[in-house]
Amino acid sequence: MHFWSFLVSVYHWLTAGDQWHGGDGVPHLLANHVRISISSLLVSAAIAIPIGAWLGHRGVGGTLAINIANVGRAIPIYALLVLAVQIFGITSPRGFGWTGSFVAFVPLVLLGIPPMLTNSYIGVREVGGELVDAARGMGLSEGEILRRVEIPVAMPLIMAGIRTAMVGIVATATLASFTGVDTLATPIYIGLNTNDNVAVFGGAVLVAVLAVVADLALAVVQRAVVSPGLRERRTRRQRVMVTVPPAA
Amino acid sequence: MLAALLANGPNSWVWWAWIPDHQHEIYAYLREHIALTAMAVVFGIIIALPLAILAARRRAIAAVVIPVVNAIYTIPSVALLALLLPTTGTGRVPAVIALTMYNLAILVRNTLEGLRGVPVDVLDAADGMGYTPRRRLVRVELPLALPAIVAGIRLATVSTIGLVTITFIVDQGGLGRFIQDGYQRDFHTPLVVGIVLSVALATFADLLLVRVERLVTPWRSRSDR
Repeated sequence: MHFWSFLVSVYHWLTAGDQWHGGDGVPHLLANHVRISISSLLVSAAIAIPIGAWLGHRGVGGTLAINIANVGRAIPIYALLVLAVQIFGITSPRGFGWTGSFVAFVPLVLLGIPPMLTNSYIGVREVGGELVDAARGMGLSEGEILRRVEIPVAMPLIMAGIRTAMVGIVATATLASFTGVDTLATPIYIGLNTNDNVAVFGGAVLVAVLAVVADLALAVVQRAVVSPGLRERRTRRQRVMVTVPPAA
Repeated sequence: MLAALLANGPNSWVWWAWIPDHQHEIYAYLREHIALTAMAVVFGIIIALPLAILAARRRAIAAVVIPVVNAIYTIPSVALLALLLPTTGTGRVPAVIALTMYNLAILVRNTLEGLRGVPVDVLDAADGMGYTPRRRLVRVELPLALPAIVAGIRLATVSTIGLVTITFIVDQGGLGRFIQDGYQRDFHTPLVVGIVLSVALATFADLLLVRVERLVTPWRSRSDR
């Protein structure tokens, strides 16, 4: 098939009416994908950021924080999904609560932890010195120093960690469609099994758009939560690649 | 629990008898895994180095290159492979293209960071000694950026080894073939073998590259690292 006529069929696939409603429709798949991603990101952040920030504040556990990120990178993520299926079993592959499928939820939470833990550790650790001494001199308690000085100053790096985790989670939720979980990549999975290249390509377009939009959305959040005084530093810091998302 | 982990039979986590029976597959998939990783990292370096050098020279180029490689990195691998599939078909070609594209983001960013980290005094000194721009790049800037470049190559290698497993989608996969086999037959042993070998390969490659880094930057003392 000529590539242009192929693209036209993809366009027709994307705009077909039955693509946009019903149990296999794009809105349903998109909702599941977003729900799984957000719930795992929140739980993952609730575990990783406090631990990383506290370790950074105390200045202990650095090797642990860095090594967790390195080990996380080496584990093939698809294997983690398959492992979850074999441990928990596919109880209801098409059923979803708020957390989506439990089978996808557990690996997604695990893979979100390393970048956020490492970045909040390094971010808080690097504040250090004069700023913390000044805060202590002003009579702030240790908890206040962490909450009101170290975390706000470390925010650029913490947000970079959150974005890294989000990219990894959205990508892995995509992969979860290969272990029987409904996500936006389900058309890719079905298309591959039925030799339907149009569905494969159309699904891929949808997934790619979602991933880029999710990253842009977090970039907007980042602008909102990072103090304007830190902006210049943020752009400098971001060039350094502290962590990369676990490959997915 | 422990008994279940240590049990030895077709339904246990590791059925030891399976391993010697599948030696040939283990070697073949390991070879495929290494070949795909090596190609993706080498092609990544070949493309990323010139891009990063150009980006370090001109801000306008950096303003285009960095967002583009970052956007590529954001696209999930399943989608990237699926986007390539209609044009390339299945096989080694889409796998290597996709893996190489992911490496670009890591390698370009690290190389650029390394080049930008070269102190201005050093550049001035090189200019004062009459170095041409090209000679300054090859003799001064690239050697000083080398630690950052090698750090990028390490990151790229380890994450590629993890990503190769997903290329089973285009009939490749290296050790990922074991993982997919384990999933399809609901059989633990190939899955565990796939995970263990893949993590071991990543660790080995990383240690090897640390060694290479020491060899190529002999002027750095131990305390610099």
